[in-house]
Amino acid sequence: MSATSRVYAAGTPVVPPIAQSAEAVTEKKPELADRMVIFAWSGELDKVWPTLILATTAAAMGKDTTVFFTFWGLFPLVKNEVRITGDNWMQKMLSLMNRGGDEHLKLSKMNFVGAGPAMMNHLAKEHGVASPHELMEIAIEMGVHMVPCQMTMDMMGLKRSDLIDGIDEPAGATKALADAQGAITLFI
Amino acid sequence: MSITIAKSLDLKGLSCPLPIIKTAKAMKELAPGELLEAFATDPGAVPDFKAWSQTTGNALVESSESGGVYRFVLKKKEI
Repeated sequence: MSATSRVYAAGTPVVPPIAQSAEAVTEKKPELADRMVIFAWSGELDKVWPTLILATTAAAMGKDTTVFFTFWGLFPLVKNEVRITGDNWMQKMLSLMNRGGDEHLKLSKMNFVGAGPAMMNHLAKEHGVASPHELMEIAIEMGVHMVPCQMTMDMMGLKRSDLIDGIDEPAGATKALADAQGAITLFI
Repeated sequence: MSITIAKSLDLKGLSCPLPIIKTAKAMKELAPGELLEAFATDPGAVPDFKAWSQTTGNALVESSESGGVYRFVLKKKEI
């Protein structure tokens, strides 16, 4: 056993009378979906955050979890150090005005040129809430499938090398919908 | 008779979803039947631990509170 092992002295009740027995817990188990698919369409801090919280939690609950990143939702997957993306002036302009990376997310309201997100991050740290960047790393580490939308990548001029490591191969709507069959599905 | 706690987790000060994520990770290291205890301060952890236990099948054998600290004891399910 590990160094943290402890032995309870004889007579110390580790199971109080109010506790449910293993049987009582498993007996009530309802029909469960063993997979979850989130369609991450939004690229804003206040929507990417719950997306990543739900994805990591589903993985912690043992669910095979997929997040399909499409449209604005693709930009949080861009590496934080990558600044300008795209081949033509329109795509370059887009990346300039809508910076990618999970450390550059804006709030959908009360953004105040970045003051809003800065305050939000401060509050999160104070309350022991993991940041989107930390949750992104946790999700990848836990085996959450992070699937970027191929069509959005082509249209917005984002290359595989612009996106973070550890994510799945880009795919399309058919793959995303096929994965969603019989799974818990969310569109955020 | 004495009961051994195989692993103890300090989750105090952490908010959703970290307590459950860290607990799920730690439970993977345990052998079936072994006990894990976790201490948390987030009141939201009380319903979350109950729900996690019910959906994963790992029994929550204790959920108690003392001085603002919640203590949970989970038993790793038999395969």
